[in-house]
Amino acid sequence: MNHPITLTVNGVVREATVPARRLLSDCLRHDLGLTGTHVGCEHGVCGACTVLLDGEPVRSCLMFAATADGHEITTVEGLAAADGTLSPAQRAFAECHGLQCGFCTPGFLCTVTAFLRENAAPTDEEVVEAISGNLCRCTGYQNIIKAVHRAAELQAETRADKEEGAR
Amino acid sequence: MTIETGRRSGVGESVLRPDGTLKVTGEFAYASDLWLDGMLWGATLRSPHPSAWIRSVDIGPALAMPGVFAALTHRNVPGEKSYGLEHRDQPVLAVDEVRYQGEPVALVAADHPETARRAAAAIVVEYEPREAVVDPMRAAFDPDCPAVHPNGNLVRHQPVRVGDVGAAATGAEVVVTGEYEVGMQDQAFLGPESGLAVPAEDGGVDLYIATQWLHVDRDQIAPCLGLPPGKVRLSLAGVGGAFGAREDLSMQIHASMLALRTGRPVKMVYGREESFLGHVHRHPARMRYEHGATLDGRLVYVKAEIVLDGGAYRSSTPAVVGNAASLGVGPYEVADIEIDAYGVYTNNPPCGAMRGFGAVQACYAYESQMDRLAEACGLSPVEIRTRNAVSQGSRIATGQLIDTPAPLAEMLAEIAAMPLPEPVAVQADLRLLPGGVSQTTHGEGVRRGVGYAVGLKNICFSEGFDDYSTAQVRLESLAGEPHVLVHTAAAEVGQGLVTVQAQIARTELGVDRVTVAPADTTVGSAGSSSASRQSYVTGGAVKTACEAVRQRLDAMRAEHPGLSLDELLERFGPIEETREYRHRPTVPMDPVTGQGDTHTQLALCVHRAVVDVDVELGLVKVVELAAVQDVGKILNPLALEGQIHGGSAQGLGLALMEEIQVRDGRVLNPSFTDYLIPTILDMPPMRLSILENPDPHAPYGLRGAGEPPTLSSTPAVAAAVRAATGLPLTRVPIRPEDIALTPASIS
Ligand code: FES
Ligand code: FES
Repeated sequence: MNHPITLTVNGVVREATVPARRLLSDCLRHDLGLTGTHVGCEHGVCGACTVLLDGEPVRSCLMFAATADGHEITTVEGLAAADGTLSPAQRAFAECHGLQCGFCTPGFLCTVTAFLRENAAPTDEEVVEAISGNLCRCTGYQNIIKAVHRAAELQAETRADKEEGAR
Repeated sequence: MTIETGRRSGVGESVLRPDGTLKVTGEFAYASDLWLDGMLWGATLRSPHPSAWIRSVDIGPALAMPGVFAALTHRNVPGEKSYGLEHRDQPVLAVDEVRYQGEPVALVAADHPETARRAAAAIVVEYEPREAVVDPMRAAFDPDCPAVHPNGNLVRHQPVRVGDVGAAATGAEVVVTGEYEVGMQDQAFLGPESGLAVPAEDGGVDLYIATQWLHVDRDQIAPCLGLPPGKVRLSLAGVGGAFGAREDLSMQIHASMLALRTGRPVKMVYGREESFLGHVHRHPARMRYEHGATLDGRLVYVKAEIVLDGGAYRSSTPAVVGNAASLGVGPYEVADIEIDAYGVYTNNPPCGAMRGFGAVQACYAYESQMDRLAEACGLSPVEIRTRNAVSQGSRIATGQLIDTPAPLAEMLAEIAAMPLPEPVAVQADLRLLPGGVSQTTHGEGVRRGVGYAVGLKNICFSEGFDDYSTAQVRLESLAGEPHVLVHTAAAEVGQGLVTVQAQIARTELGVDRVTVAPADTTVGSAGSSSASRQSYVTGGAVKTACEAVRQRLDAMRAEHPGLSLDELLERFGPIEETREYRHRPTVPMDPVTGQGDTHTQLALCVHRAVVDVDVELGLVKVVELAAVQDVGKILNPLALEGQIHGGSAQGLGLALMEEIQVRDGRVLNPSFTDYLIPTILDMPPMRLSILENPDPHAPYGLRGAGEPPTLSSTPAVAAAVRAATGLPLTRVPIRPEDIALTPASIS
């Protein structure tokens, strides 16, 4: 049985007709052509497929597309501003060499984006805990920790700029 | 023209990756992201048996399914039926027998990936299982062991003979022996195998693929397709990590066969389980070592037997054996040596290249031995290593002279002088204790240990291999500004090679705007992205091609002194040069004595590990990992540190958690739930010291850097756990039960 679903993906309303068991990850990648969400393990371990569902990080390989019907989803493609300006997390990962092959990066970015919204100035321990569910095989994580702290800084700067601009 | 090494974004600077932006926006196209309208999906049917005759294969049920466009067996292989890196012994699709669990038997192409998978599963294969050879020791030494291949089970035996170990043994005052085992490690790159094959009008095929070496792929694919190499064109698609696992073919021939058969583009993507079954792993090893020394800890002789389980096919086992043998005593001065390294066929999963390549296994054993020797002589681990350390002018086991800096003693002194992390108090934050929040004892049984290890790795291909790379460099005027285009076939697998190529071009030509063209087979071979060789060899090729461009430019400048660079290029057109670069030649190991100048370059890394072990629960937390590495010349500090971090993490994984468990030839844990790789909670902060003692033979004096940290981090962590527990721990990975359930710890 196929189900018509409506998702708001990166601010755009998207419709698709999917079988009941179509995974959200496959729906995003194949039905909607958003291949930035990566699949590394297919069963919830690696975190590469992490997207934001109504702002909260979820593993899109563990969720059926039909379950996401009516919800808002942000993928890595939706993290940058409309004019293409990179988000603080995106800039920080690129600047701090927080990626090598980059396959894990979209999952880290979605996780970190949600985390920094909750905790704008995290300690090392908090950073480690926040990203302990995402695997990276290339970096040994050292530069990822740096990138998260840098992202927090950039986020603070952006906010300060905005407040400045608002005055 | 003089070279300004301080050039902005040139050699030596922490230049950012040009692919970084695409990778953080999700636009970077990995092989698994490729898409063409009308493409089909391929799937592979694999053997469930480690060893069986195939009595029949019925593809009828697959073909009968709607949406299925082709189902193929070995009968449909258009050309040669077998392929292989060094030796063609691996069938494209099984012919009458299977030799390992996971061996490809049949292929399907369908209009949806799920349909393709179901259709592959619908193919009926009648197997007649037979005794599987699963014990590498039996495969090596038991003449009655069944043969996995008609010519027997021995892939390579490489002896090393220096001096007279028998005579030397009588002079040794201290002798320590040990038997060691290394489990089967997986590269576990995060982006599984994938590729897209597109049939071409000329009857050939265009293949977009995540690989480490485009040309050697092509040279294996073309004969099997019955096509001339020119009709098999490969382009590198985005690669999600490699670490050796992409040096052998996976689905390259399969996707091409399906595309040629159906006349449609065919995409194949492995899932994680198929990835575990579909690529080679690190060779498991059984090693027996005997070290003799004087009372004051000077090595007199080393005797070793190393058995590497190559699994069902040859892959790169011969070269792995060569590394284990030639580097088998490590970076120590030893007068008398007797090593026998064996690689064997079994019906276990095939093993081949993984970061560290044969040197990892031996390093774990010889470093474990050095600690035993230290204890027997009453010396510290640092002291025993320092007393026997090689330096420039020493000879390694093959008799090869170390003719470049090798400051091992200084490196040891430096790492030993680094401050140690503070102890963690009992009742501390659970997250700081072994096991983290799953700690159940509040740390009463936690003991701290510190371990040291050193490693010796060859850089570039050894043993007489014609190891070269090709670079095409074009200097032209684009939109009124000078611009350099660099084109090579070298595979960027995440290590940062594209960045380094651009840095070299900027430094050599003094031009800011540099583009590195996508890697493909329209330019000459770059060799493999392995053996820590690309900065050296492809870096050397880019540098040499740039120099050739510069020479022509200098001549033009001399003739037209009044013209600016851009005016010259506007008037006379682009300057393009292509150059091949080769490192110093090497020779094969002598088959009887193992002697010869078999390596191009030797690299050293030293690790210190600090661990907390809960001896009651068997849990280990690595508190800190420090490394000192000599890289000759730092090309890109940021990228280099990333390589050392990542390599050290993989070594830590081998020490504590990573193992493909194989029972009776079957893989028990082909998933990330059961095959564990380090998370950020497992990986401690790292302290690095990077030395730059140049190798005058290499471009800029650089020394390959990707692999050495993978060698020494494993034995350093193991030594630290030993120091904390007092247990011998002769096998890696060290499992909780090896610590908590040993007779000593129970009593
Ligand atoms: S692919 Fe979803 S967690 Fe790994
Ligand atoms: S950068 Fe390769 S897996 Fe994280």
